[in-house]
Amino acid sequence: MQDFITKTVAAAEGQPQRLLEMLRAVQQAYGYVPPDAVEFLSAQLGLPRGEISAVVEFYGFLSSSPQGVYRIVFSDSITDRMLGNQALFRLLADLLQVQPGVVSSDGLVSLDFTSCTGLCEQGPAALVNGWPLPALTEDKIARIAGLVKQRIPLLDWPGYLFEVNDYIRQPGLLLQNPIAPGQALQAWRERGAAAVLEELEVSGLRGRGGAGFKTALKWRLCAEEAGPERVVVCNADEGEPGTFKDRVLLRLYADQVFEGMTLCAAIIGARQGFLYLRGEYLFLLEPLRQILRSRRELGLLGENISGFGFDFDIEIRLGAGAYICGEESALIESLEGKPGVPRNRPPYPVARGYLQRPTVVNNVETFLAAAAIGVYGGAWFAAAGAGRSSGTKILSISGDCARPGIYEYAFGVEMAEILRDCGTEDVLCVQVGGPSGTLIDSSELQRKLSYEDLASGGSLMVFNRGRDVLGIVQNFTHFFAHESCGFCTPCRVGSRLLQNQLDKIINGHGSAGDVAELTGIAHLLKNYSHCGLGQTAANPVLHALQRFPELYESRLKKISYEPGFDLDAALEVARRMARRDDPAAHLAQTEEEAHD
Amino acid sequence: MKPKVRVATTSLAGCFGCHMSFLDLDERLLALAEAVEFDRSPLTDIEHCGVCDIGLIEGGVCNSENVHVLREFRRQCKILVAVGACAINGGLPSMRNAIPLEDCLLEVYRDGVGLANAMIPSDVELPLLLDQVRPLHEIVKIDYFLPGCPPSADVFWSFLSALLEGREPELPYELLRFD
Amino acid sequence: MTKCINIDGVNVPFEEGQTIMQAAENAGVYIPHLCHHAGYAPHGSCKLCSVRVNGRVCTACTFPAAEGQSVINNSRELQADRRRLTQMLFVEGNHNCPSCEKSGDCRLQAVAYYLRMEDDHFPLFYPPRPLDSSHPDILIEHNRCIVCSLCVRASRDIDGKNVFAVSGRGAHKHLIVNSPSGRLGDSDISTDDAAAHICPTGAILIKGQAFHRPIGQRLYDLERIDGSPHAGEASHEA
Ligand SMILES: Cc1cc2nc3c(=O)[nH]c(=O)nc-3n(C[C@H](O)[C@H](O)[C@H](O)COP(=O)(O)O)c2cc1C
Ligand code: SF4
Ligand code: SF4
Ligand code: FES
Repeated sequence: MQDFITKTVAAAEGQPQRLLEMLRAVQQAYGYVPPDAVEFLSAQLGLPRGEISAVVEFYGFLSSSPQGVYRIVFSDSITDRMLGNQALFRLLADLLQVQPGVVSSDGLVSLDFTSCTGLCEQGPAALVNGWPLPALTEDKIARIAGLVKQRIPLLDWPGYLFEVNDYIRQPGLLLQNPIAPGQALQAWRERGAAAVLEELEVSGLRGRGGAGFKTALKWRLCAEEAGPERVVVCNADEGEPGTFKDRVLLRLYADQVFEGMTLCAAIIGARQGFLYLRGEYLFLLEPLRQILRSRRELGLLGENISGFGFDFDIEIRLGAGAYICGEESALIESLEGKPGVPRNRPPYPVARGYLQRPTVVNNVETFLAAAAIGVYGGAWFAAAGAGRSSGTKILSISGDCARPGIYEYAFGVEMAEILRDCGTEDVLCVQVGGPSGTLIDSSELQRKLSYEDLASGGSLMVFNRGRDVLGIVQNFTHFFAHESCGFCTPCRVGSRLLQNQLDKIINGHGSAGDVAELTGIAHLLKNYSHCGLGQTAANPVLHALQRFPELYESRLKKISYEPGFDLDAALEVARRMARRDDPAAHLAQTEEEAHD
Repeated sequence: MKPKVRVATTSLAGCFGCHMSFLDLDERLLALAEAVEFDRSPLTDIEHCGVCDIGLIEGGVCNSENVHVLREFRRQCKILVAVGACAINGGLPSMRNAIPLEDCLLEVYRDGVGLANAMIPSDVELPLLLDQVRPLHEIVKIDYFLPGCPPSADVFWSFLSALLEGREPELPYELLRFD
Repeated sequence: MTKCINIDGVNVPFEEGQTIMQAAENAGVYIPHLCHHAGYAPHGSCKLCSVRVNGRVCTACTFPAAEGQSVINNSRELQADRRRLTQMLFVEGNHNCPSCEKSGDCRLQAVAYYLRMEDDHFPLFYPPRPLDSSHPDILIEHNRCIVCSLCVRASRDIDGKNVFAVSGRGAHKHLIVNSPSGRLGDSDISTDDAAAHICPTGAILIKGQAFHRPIGQRLYDLERIDGSPHAGEASHEA
């Protein structure tokens, strides 16, 4: 093992910042991160063991106890559920004779759920040892079970199992006008940094990752910071359930995204760039590296780019299964090889980011747009859109619609139009911007896609009449509790309290005061959480409460109070051990039931 | 004469320490007796709680009988008060929550040292244990909490005299203690 | 001219680079806190020091003081919400005060008193957590850890030892010990270390010190955590 660690450390050039990459390699090789590996890494990197263990225990794709040779995790996004992932999961568990979350006794396989894998338009999806298995069917499950039982190496599995498709249903300004490699840099060279930045300003481009900060301003602020080293980071963590547009952009437009990053570097004066790619997109890693290589060959990356006397290169760093790493300061921590815990602000990343250097973090789509604006100009972009939301927005649409996939719209488009385009009927509600965004019902379809009205980082999920709204809310609420980084009290404890309180109501144990209690917890999360995760974690609960209060009320009992846990089940162990089943060995859930 | 305020008290999974502390009211008990009459309580011989104004409960909920008694109190008492650490957060008895109930029972009735005729008791007269000890507020709605292990006599006095005088009880800072 | 912020109507001077908490502490204004400790790197995790700065909720222990800031610290809303946050810390662990050696000297308990917390409000989690008594002189009682990371910072920044780290994600967040076995006994902590004394709760304790001072003589028997004396009618609620 020591040799393996030595090689792994060497491959990562001994940089402690690349710890995550090393740990991924160990996990891959051994099926977990054994204590010895932590020891060796600690010795070779000069990092305290505790800090290494803390990283292992933070990320979903790393584990400190052995996993199966085949580690299969099913995406548990709501859209995967709607497409029947639960039944397929049980089928595979039956075929392989394994319990969820427990490694099979022969060590062959472990089976579990994971958060949204970004394959919502081709679900149900799963990952096997990090590689995607989209569009699962019973036939495929049977096939997979067979391959696992015969211990066929992943490399020899049939390719069709791994085939990820890209469905661009409605391209717009950006998707229809790709630039040629080097074009934006040429523009920068010809017109100068100030002029390009001016175009960016004119374009009105705002961040496409969610918060909507003005891109030109962010770049300008970073450029104005003192310090010799600046950094450009592309946020490709894309963890918001229902979002998969960055995946498609990195599949089909990566060159332009890299060009946008390079343009940013040229303008702010950065030499170092990172693409932070979510672990679920492992399958994109090699193709992306290939594109980086070809850009280097073309002189569009590396030293003295295009003979312009400027040096810049991009490194791809993979995440390891943690939604919170999409938050920019958590992402930076992760880039530094640490657990993805959001930092305190101020200082903001533009002032002190990666290794305390001034850093621009932008979403994939933001860089894509910036490159196009560099070439076609700010007015070209601003001609689309409305008000303070200029240009177009690329959406990932999934759920109950005939044509799930990628759509590009000018801002200001009405929800009704989007729903017509993607082929919906009998819509009950739409989740705009993912679980952290906004839930609207069918009476709100005249509302517009824009930062001022309905903002979206790129997720749009459609739900038909007949879908269980509280079930959707429950899925989202559990997602947040699962993904809370645990740093701050309101989110670490509150997200769990919220989940339990919602479950209590949904399971029919709620009474009059329980909805008030639910909103009380929501209030604490929203107002006191450290970062956007906790601050938005109660949105699904609250939005559904505003729009579908009767759904909550219908689950409440007309009594003053009911326990949140199953009282009779709490006697089960004692009953079994005393070998009793007489009436006195049981408890009614409520006083009222006891007297019925 | 004003009708007396009816008070019931009981101990669930507790040690009667809170009751002892209540008795520490000493001569103030006499003053209390002027205004209060006791329903079910270790001080009386009443077996079932009748309609009451105030119910004081010490101890958490560790078995099925505790649940029945607690419910009876909730049904009969206008104001229900969780008295002491165990009633509020499970207290000392809840330290068994860290151990699976099965292990507890096996250790106590089967595997422990010096057991003759080792077996898990099974009798319809015996209440069954809950898998975890619970505080009162997880089973029924509780109106007031008197923290302390036990709450001091002054806590009882401050609380009851406020209620008797029709004031909203509020523990002064000095009386708020968890131990 | 000295620069000032305004906390609940009182002008509080500050120096450039100070946080609101530092300015308040210097001026003797109490803002409830648990993960903050003077002289330690700010952390901002417990959220007890949440204040409203020009209307927005911020943590006083991390937010830089700036000229003209209007800070609300002692409002009914903030005190009530801080009480709820404290209750969250209580239900998340196992805080059996009557059996805790730290009782009476515990900052978590004292803040709870200050915030008039009488019950736990939420359902309790009763997490199964271990006790590490492997060290001859120092004990870790994980049931009482609120993951404030003060011991982590003490050991790293003051003792230069890195004995502790916070591991896990979300609900699984917990304190770990940086030793081959993961046990404190195999670490190089010593009773002279700041890390052995900084814990605000009874999670890290020096052995053999329990119940030395009788009830009535303990730190928070004698004074409130906000510094005001016990007796008298010092009101604390706005
Ligand atoms: C919990 C959380 C998750 C986030 N996830 C992402 C993400 O996956 N991708 C992204 O671009 N931004 C994400 N963001 C927003 C980033 O923090 C940041 O605002 C964004 O990357 C900035 O880029 P932009 O200005 O181009 O949008 C997330 C924010 C939060 C609070
Ligand atoms: S809000 Fe949640 S995710 Fe964000 S820092 Fe707090 S615990 Fe972590
Ligand atoms: S042991 Fe104490 S100091 Fe360390 S994190 Fe836990 S509560 Fe904080
Ligand atoms: S003291 Fe400020 S967040 Fe803990």
